[in-house]
Amino acid sequence: MNGILIAIAIIGGIGLIGGILLAVISHFCNSGEENERLAEIRDALPGANCGACGYAGCDSYAEAVENGSAEPNLCAPGGKDTALKLSEILGVEIELTQKVARVNCNGCTENAQTKYNYTGMQSCKAAAALGGGMKSCDFACLGLGDCVNACEFGAISIKDGVAVVDEDICGGCGLCAKTCPKQVISVVTKKKSAVIPCNNKQKGGVARKNCKVACIGCSACVRACEFGAVTVENFLATIDADKCTACGKCVDACPQKIIVI
Amino acid sequence: MPEQSLWSMVITVLLAGILTDNMVLAKFLGICPFLGVSKKLNTAFAMGMAVILVMLLATAVTYPIYVFLLIPYGLEYLQTIAFILVIAALVQMLEVVMKRFLPPLYKALGIYLPLITTNCAVLGITLLHFTNQKIIDFAASTGAAANGYAAGSTFLVCMANALGAGAGFLLSMILFAGVRARLEKSNVPKFLQGLPITLIAAAIVALSFLGFAGVA
Repeated sequence: MNGILIAIAIIGGIGLIGGILLAVISHFCNSGEENERLAEIRDALPGANCGACGYAGCDSYAEAVENGSAEPNLCAPGGKDTALKLSEILGVEIELTQKVARVNCNGCTENAQTKYNYTGMQSCKAAAALGGGMKSCDFACLGLGDCVNACEFGAISIKDGVAVVDEDICGGCGLCAKTCPKQVISVVTKKKSAVIPCNNKQKGGVARKNCKVACIGCSACVRACEFGAVTVENFLATIDADKCTACGKCVDACPQKIIVI
Repeated sequence: MPEQSLWSMVITVLLAGILTDNMVLAKFLGICPFLGVSKKLNTAFAMGMAVILVMLLATAVTYPIYVFLLIPYGLEYLQTIAFILVIAALVQMLEVVMKRFLPPLYKALGIYLPLITTNCAVLGITLLHFTNQKIIDFAASTGAAANGYAAGSTFLVCMANALGAGAGFLLSMILFAGVRARLEKSNVPKFLQGLPITLIAAAIVALSFLGFAGVA
């Protein structure tokens, strides 16, 4: 009985002394000039000190976010909620939910011509190694689903030989864009705008021969656009989503009728 | 074992801590910061320095508590709980004091201190002082009547042990930071990318330290 009492007294005593010392020291040493925003950011973090963000702990990550050297969306355990909270504190828009992958090709089996019948391994990478793929257009989506396998969200599906991204599910991570051997997928800002789903940089005649829905670089859309959002380079028109107001004038002007909103 | 002079003992323990009894690579303590903070050389170095500092301080505080408080009352079994309590309080205190009086040092080491609070390598070294056969033999040979630990020279040896363990931790951190810098640039198969290849690399580095095991 006595032994237990001594044990309790000693451990309790150590704890008590430690606690009192800590309280006294922190009372005297806290200068109280700590950055308020920093404290706010730190409170928004989970406090697990896991280091998944690449910093030594939540404190140092908060500091990096505060002085702008780190993106607010790096916290893995906190996920989307934490990223939103941090961006609110910082007053910046985060890019976490705004990016979306887009397949710049509409060359489905009906639209696009084929060079040969491909019967090999069902992989775009393998097909692309055989003369650039079975589609006549050298820039086309091969539709064998490498991006479908790469997508962690299950946002991509193959419809009629062309990959289609479900923008509601897409997380904008860009894994598909990295996987695609034809580099036909780009990660863009999610916004309602006119889109030209074509990637063909060849002259109009060649492009049209290979695919019914190719952009021929005629510049009709450039003239139609009142906002200067469309540019043509390498016989391929691209639309600047920031300037586009989705008015639909280019859609009507396009002789190929390939622009969609 | 022939009686050893204090200084030869200090050096033996110091070197053993760095090489043969390396905290991370031979005893597998403190793996968490070893893997977590070894991505860059400068953070690895700062973390290693912080660990050395905390190990020395923790030994300086827990040693008297064990020798003059726990042993006399026969409470050796409480050492784990008592040491955790003391180390946690100590590190917190150190952080607050450093922040106030040594801001540059706090900037360099401070962010790693919360990580060290519950670091098993720090707790480990304070406990291992009392199971290390070399130190037990040395304590017995000091000839102090009741327990050899009460002698000042044994305390000195324990501090050397803590310094050696901390330096060993620093060494392995720096070595591994170099290995990881190479890994970053190499073409790793996809299924091994990230933590798997890091763990494999850590195992190989640990294996190389096995070569020191024969050196007594």
